[in-house]
Amino acid sequence: MLQRLDELKQNAFRELEVINDLSNLESWRVRYLGRKSELTNILRGLAELSLEERKSAGALANHIKNELDSLLNQKTESLKAEFQKQVLRSDESLAARGDITLPGRPIPMGRLHPITETLHEICDIFVSLGFQIMESNDAELDYYNFEALNIPEEHPARDDMSTFWLDYEDERGKRPMLLRTHTTSVSARCVATMKPPIRVIEPGRVYRYEATDATHLTMFHQLDGLAVDKGITMADLKGTFYEFARRFYGDGRRVRFRPDYFPFVEPGVEVAVECALCKGSGCRLCGNSGWIEIGGAGMTHPKVLERGGIDPNEYTSFAFGFGIDRIPMLRYGINDMRLFFGSDLRFLRQF
Amino acid sequence: MKVSFNWLKQYVDVKLSAAEIAGRLTMAGIEVKSSQVIGADWAGIIVGQITAVNPHPNADRLTLVTLELGDRQETVVCGAPNVAVGAKVVYAPVGSKLIDGHTGESAILKPAKIRGVASNGMACSEKELGISESHEGILLLPSDIAIGTSLTELLGDVIFSIEVTPNRPDCLSMIGLAREIAALTGESLYLPEAKYAESGTSIKDHVTVEIDDPDLCPRYCASLITGIKIAESPEWLKERLVSYGMRPINNIVDITNFVMLEYGQPLHSFDYEKIEGKGIIVRRAKSGEKITSLDGIERALSRDMLVIADKERAVAVAGIMGGANSEVSENTSSILLESASFKPASIHHTGHALGMPSEACVRFERGISVELTIPALKRATQLIAELGGEHVAKGIIDVYPGKLERKSIKLSTADVKRVVGLEYSIEQITSSLTAVGFECQADKGSSSVSAKAPYWRTDINIPVDVIEEVARIIGYEQIPTTLLAQPIPKQNPFLITALKRRVRNIMVGYGFQELVSFSLTNLEILTKLSPGSRKPESLPVHIANPASSEQEYLRPTLRADLLSALSSNKAYIEEGLRLFELGKVYLAKEGNLPDEPEMLCGVLYGRRLEGWWQGGSESMDFFDAKGMVEGLLEQIGITAKFEKSDDESLHPANQSVVIAGGKRIVLVGELHPSVSEHFEIPSRVYLFEIDLPSLLPLIKQKTYHTIPKFPATIRDIALVVDIGVNYQQVLDIIRTFSLVTDVALFDVYAGEQVPAGKKSLAYRLIFQTPDRTLTDQQVNGVQQAILKKLKSELGASLRG
Repeated sequence: MLQRLDELKQNAFRELEVINDLSNLESWRVRYLGRKSELTNILRGLAELSLEERKSAGALANHIKNELDSLLNQKTESLKAEFQKQVLRSDESLAARGDITLPGRPIPMGRLHPITETLHEICDIFVSLGFQIMESNDAELDYYNFEALNIPEEHPARDDMSTFWLDYEDERGKRPMLLRTHTTSVSARCVATMKPPIRVIEPGRVYRYEATDATHLTMFHQLDGLAVDKGITMADLKGTFYEFARRFYGDGRRVRFRPDYFPFVEPGVEVAVECALCKGSGCRLCGNSGWIEIGGAGMTHPKVLERGGIDPNEYTSFAFGFGIDRIPMLRYGINDMRLFFGSDLRFLRQF
Repeated sequence: MKVSFNWLKQYVDVKLSAAEIAGRLTMAGIEVKSSQVIGADWAGIIVGQITAVNPHPNADRLTLVTLELGDRQETVVCGAPNVAVGAKVVYAPVGSKLIDGHTGESAILKPAKIRGVASNGMACSEKELGISESHEGILLLPSDIAIGTSLTELLGDVIFSIEVTPNRPDCLSMIGLAREIAALTGESLYLPEAKYAESGTSIKDHVTVEIDDPDLCPRYCASLITGIKIAESPEWLKERLVSYGMRPINNIVDITNFVMLEYGQPLHSFDYEKIEGKGIIVRRAKSGEKITSLDGIERALSRDMLVIADKERAVAVAGIMGGANSEVSENTSSILLESASFKPASIHHTGHALGMPSEACVRFERGISVELTIPALKRATQLIAELGGEHVAKGIIDVYPGKLERKSIKLSTADVKRVVGLEYSIEQITSSLTAVGFECQADKGSSSVSAKAPYWRTDINIPVDVIEEVARIIGYEQIPTTLLAQPIPKQNPFLITALKRRVRNIMVGYGFQELVSFSLTNLEILTKLSPGSRKPESLPVHIANPASSEQEYLRPTLRADLLSALSSNKAYIEEGLRLFELGKVYLAKEGNLPDEPEMLCGVLYGRRLEGWWQGGSESMDFFDAKGMVEGLLEQIGITAKFEKSDDESLHPANQSVVIAGGKRIVLVGELHPSVSEHFEIPSRVYLFEIDLPSLLPLIKQKTYHTIPKFPATIRDIALVVDIGVNYQQVLDIIRTFSLVTDVALFDVYAGEQVPAGKKSLAYRLIFQTPDRTLTDQQVNGVQQAILKKLKSELGASLRG
């Protein structure tokens, strides 16, 4: 019996030595360690042996089984490692024949328009400051574009905003409908239709009857904003704009507030940021002033609030507005605004 | 407005540099857009006196001019005809930066031998100095100027380009700007004193003035000067006008212009002899009335325009321009000088209606003070008396029906803080207001002040106007920065705003380039969308005053611009192109503002993937477009059913539509070949269009379904149906069985292996239920029921 066990062991060892793949190893396992293997049979038959024989044979058989188990594990690990090495080796030899700098398989690349991206970026900042996005008609009533904003007929401010009129006359022979000349018309609508507290921004297209050149088009984009509440002051307007500018232009850019005039605000403000090109020292881009005007703002005129049904003695309000198209122009150094509204992919694919 | 810094300094002490003054004005709301320094390059250029003029030995037209420069003498070669011993001229040494008289370009003066004689510097013309275009001779200076005076000191100036906001007509004048500078720097202001002798009888004996329309003319003042001699203006006067950019004409016209620039009050001089009946009537024009204005153009007037008339006819369009019939000419001997006030809206209207935006018009329409009339009239009368007239009739005419009392505005420190957000002391408030001419009354220890605006500040009407003055003079930079402390108001965001961003992002993910095109379009391009080139049935929204024929209508569709874009990007046709625009279209509603739904339109053509070194890819087709639309709809939570469609711009066989609420909300198809041809696109084009607002009610709230624990059973069935039966019909029937949780089509076949007039549709069905594993028998039962229903309703049979 003991001799048989020793033979078995020798056979198993010898066979295992020459095995070099996992499937042969598996048949080796079945042969020597499987349920129907001789070793298992011997172990199973131990009970029938005499005590003496059982002791010596049992000890040996168990020892051999453990030895074979551990050898099996070792062999399995080493074969797996060897196999992976082989895979890598063959992949490497394949790759060596190729060129990993070759271009990858192209995927169709979509892009947002630079103006859309700018608008998204600006809206996100104001939304995080508690402003809600409002949108309204491009075609607008004279009332909301002008009258409600303290710009009656024959006001010189109308001259600066040459207007496209819709081809429709009312019974008095007047044209009551136009293409809005600024998104401030949406503020006028908000004042008329919402109840304070109000905090809104109003992005959109605006239209001016202008001779077209590299910086003037008949259509462009603006974003207006309006906050109405008890206790709003110019300091809040300044703070809101500074916070916007800090996030949008980065920490280092200075912001300038100076008096300006818009009929729908009093006091009125022009907002400028430090010129990015010359850092405020003056260059061609900023007309030697060191500042780039980005928008207008101010405390909403009491008459504008009153006209919308908001009591200016109870509420104060600030309003602001800026042009959008100029922002990516300055950011990317684009010198012709017309490129935005053309379809030249050589331009659009740069963003 | 061009403003000479030198001129401004006549009215206010200035200790700061021009650049500092420009900065102060800008920060106070009077924007100095740019500053042009005259004489920036004049270092070393000085005044010299000609002591000798000798002929050039080698050239008849040149002379050798010897100049006394104070510390030395120099001889220069000169080609100018106007050299004379004793004359004071401008000498530029070698190395000066001058303008070349012939080329007009800037150049450094080099040492030169001219026809063999060395010229050590040169005597300069105005053009060479950059003062004007004059190059006929050298610049001759008045004889009292000291030899050796630097030219910068003599003629140097800074010309500010100032943009005055419409609320500050008072600043459209030298005195107005000087007042601001005085207030901002604390320096003294000097106003001209208008003193002149009067003689003879009262002006009232010579002329009468009546105002028929006091609402359009609140005040009319006039003086009368006789013994007029029309002549050229003196140099100082011409210089002032030129610095502003005005052309000097003669002493009388120049004086009225000068005083307008000085005070901001437009004036008009009539030839008194030409005033019929010696009476001025300020009235509305009669219908059909005409006047030939000073520029020689006959103007048709209307009832809403104000004219200055004599007893017979209109002699001027009030506040806009004088009439040729009463014009001052060389023979004029007496002048009736008008200084009046007109209603801004009326002037604005008339100026625009006649297309005559004049300097006077700009000032009147912005509402200059009624009280400016007198000081300006007296100043001009004085100057005319000094420079061109002999006698001034006694007194002036002052018809003043529109007299308004200036009211005091009461203001407390709390009022200021409420708007500005900063507490100013009553002293700060009072001193800043006083600096800009307000009369302030504040009781001692009181926290409020009564402020009366100076007469020239027509823009101050309500407390907040006064508050702005305080903030402006103290400086906006003093205002603190705070973030809104109030709670964020309740928000009701528009669903469409979020949807638009979502859809844009999806489109970008699908490889589409976004375009933004003009909202304004034309019929010609819209007509291209019709295969038969028919004009749109209902006209789009029309612009009454289009800027060009290309932009006459508001676009009713996004298609035209996108197709034009495909056409103009033919270079990409090989590699394939996907473009979209998301924007408004404008749908006319008679008598109302148009509807402006936000539309998505996408167009695509060419290859699915751009060329690659391992080979190309196939061309995109109808199902690429439809797949994108389906994917988009699924992502935003919409289940859509496609139906046959008949959009005229699309291929009749290759188009499909989703209808909801009776409205076509999604359309996808291949472009009609004729339309492709109209847009000159040599390829099949696929297009889709989605009406975004109409999608909103269809978006389903997403809900979570438990991930199934029990395995699914998969069955493939191949059906044979009539060729006319479609995928959707079969699908709809299968979907009525609730144990089928998913259905996918995996093959469509028509050909030899199925009978003629039939086709085979192969579906993979997933059977599953959340609470148990389905047995084969259960699945078989459902499958049999499905087949039975398909057979009875669609005549479908299993493919053998």
